[in-house]
Amino acid sequence: MFACRKSFTDTLLALAKEDKDIVAVTTDARGSVTLGDFAKELPEQFVECGIAEQDAVGIAAGLAHSGKKTFVCGPACFYVARSLEQVKVDLAYSRNPVTILGVSGGVAYGALGTTHHSLHDMAVLRCFPGMSICLPCDGRQTEKLVKLLVDYPQACYVRVGRAAVPDVYADDNFLFEVGKANLLMDGKDLTIIAVGETVYHAQQAGIELAKQGISTRVLDMAWIKPCDKEAVLKAARETGRIITVEEHSKFGGLGAMVCEILSENPVPVRILGIPDEDAIHGTNKEIFHHYGIDTEGIVKSALDFIKR
Amino acid sequence: MNVKELTLQSAVNRKRLMEIVYNAKAGHIGGDLSSLNVMTALYSDIMNISPAQVKDPNRDRFILSKGHCVEALYTVLESRGFIAPSLTNTSLGHGLSIGVGMAIAAKMDKRNYKTYVLMGDGEQGEGSIYEAAMAGHQYKLDNLVAIIDRNHLQISGNTEDVMALDSIPTRWSAFGWDVKEMNGDDMQSIKDTFANIDYNNGKPHLIVSNTTKGKGISFMENVASWHHGMPNEEQYQQAMVELNQAIEELKSQL
Repeated sequence: MFACRKSFTDTLLALAKEDKDIVAVTTDARGSVTLGDFAKELPEQFVECGIAEQDAVGIAAGLAHSGKKTFVCGPACFYVARSLEQVKVDLAYSRNPVTILGVSGGVAYGALGTTHHSLHDMAVLRCFPGMSICLPCDGRQTEKLVKLLVDYPQACYVRVGRAAVPDVYADDNFLFEVGKANLLMDGKDLTIIAVGETVYHAQQAGIELAKQGISTRVLDMAWIKPCDKEAVLKAARETGRIITVEEHSKFGGLGAMVCEILSENPVPVRILGIPDEDAIHGTNKEIFHHYGIDTEGIVKSALDFIKR
Repeated sequence: MNVKELTLQSAVNRKRLMEIVYNAKAGHIGGDLSSLNVMTALYSDIMNISPAQVKDPNRDRFILSKGHCVEALYTVLESRGFIAPSLTNTSLGHGLSIGVGMAIAAKMDKRNYKTYVLMGDGEQGEGSIYEAAMAGHQYKLDNLVAIIDRNHLQISGNTEDVMALDSIPTRWSAFGWDVKEMNGDDMQSIKDTFANIDYNNGKPHLIVSNTTKGKGISFMENVASWHHGMPNEEQYQQAMVELNQAIEELKSQL
C-alpha cells in the first residue's frame, strides 16, 4: 500500500537533489501534494504561488521556457478548470514541457463533493494537441513515470488520488513505456481495460472471474494520450467483448476513447464510470461502490455482460 | 541608437506595418501603432538581444502579452533581422505570469538578463494579471519590467467607460511595484525612463506608457473603431503619404 502522490514527490525530491534544474511549483498545496520535504530541503528549487492556479501554470510555462524541468503540482480539480486556458495555451499549444501533477483526482476528496471532483479531466485534456495524459495505478508505476517525465519533450498531465492504494505491480520488474498498455493477465472471453486507481479493482475482478471460469484479459491503460490503439484493437479481435473502468465521467474518457478506436470494427463495449449526474457524497470507497467501479461492481457487470 | 535615429526607425516600421496589414487585410492596427515606439526602442536600443543571440541564455526576454498586436512585433523583428519570435501569446492576461516565471528562472540561475512584458490597458481587466503582480512582489523581481500601453481605448470604446482604470499607478504601487510613467509617443521619454530603472532595488517595475491609439496616421488617432479596422485603398494611400512625409522629415533632421 502506498499513496501515488507520495511516491511521485519522493521520487521527484531524490531526482531534484541531483539536478538543480528540476523545479516544483505549487499553489498553497505543499501539504496535500506532499511537497513539504521538497520545500524544506530544496527551497531554491521550489516556487510557492499562493492560491493562484492561473499564475502557477503561467509561471511554470516561463520556467520551462527558460530551461527548467518544471512540475506544477496541486489539486487536479483546480488545474483542469480554473487554469484551463493557461494549460491549453501556455503549456499544450506552446509545447512547453511542463508536468502537471493533479493530486486527489477523480472522487478522491470524497465528502468534499462535486466542487473538488475532477471527473472531466481526461475528456477536456484529450482535445489539446501537445498534451499527454497519464494516470498511474500504484506507487511503483508512479516512480517509473516521474523518472520518465524529467526529460519528457512536451506537457503531460498526471492524475493521482489521495489515499494509499494497493500494489498492482508486485515488484519493479515491469515495462513502462510511453503510450503502451500493460497486460496484467491474459484471457479470451472478455477484456477489462482500466485506468488509474481502478486498475487494482479490474485486476482483482479478473482474478475472481477466472475462478468462476471466465477467461479474462486485464489491461492497464495508464496512458490515455498517447494511447495504445493496437492493444485495444487486439483485445477486440481476440476477446470480442470489452469493459472499460474509469474514475471519470462516462463522457469523453477511457470508455469513449475505446469506442472511438473501435468505431470501424466495433465489438460490444460496456463503459463503467460516473454517470451524467451530481456524484453522491461519501468516502472514496463508497463512491466507487455506488457506481460499480470497485471489484464487486466490475465482476457483477462482467457476469451480466457475458450472459447477453 | 540616439533619439532621432530611433524615431526614424519607428517611422520606417510604421510604414512597413501599414503595408503588412493592408496586404493581409487583417490585424489590430490601432494598438499596433500605439505600441510600436516602445517595441522599436526595446529591440533597437534597450534590450540585450540580436539575431545572433537567440539561443544565448543571457539574452533579454520580451513577451507580447497583448498578443493581438503581433504584426507590430513582426515588423520590429524583421527590421532587426530576426526570423520569428520565440514566444507570443494570444490570450490576454497570460503574459505577466510567464514573465514572472522567466524572471524567477534568471534569479535561480544567477543570470542578469531582464524580462520585459508588454500589456494592453484593456487587458488590465484580466484578473490573472493581479495574481502575477503579487508573485512579482513576493519574489522581489527587480529583473522584470511590465509595460502598459495606455492608449485609453479598447474594442468597445474608452477604457474608463468599459471598466475604469484611472488608478493604474496607485494600484500597482499598492501591489509593491516600482511605478514610472512615460510618454510612449516620444522616444526621448522612452529612453530616459528605461535608463532610470534601478534593476537592483528589490522591486518589479511597471511603466505606464501613455500613448495615442492609431499614432502617426491622422485619421486613425484616438478613434476606437481602428482597434482592428481595415483601411480601404484611398485610406491606405493617404496613410502612406503621411508616413512617407514623416520619414523624409526625420531623415532631414538626422
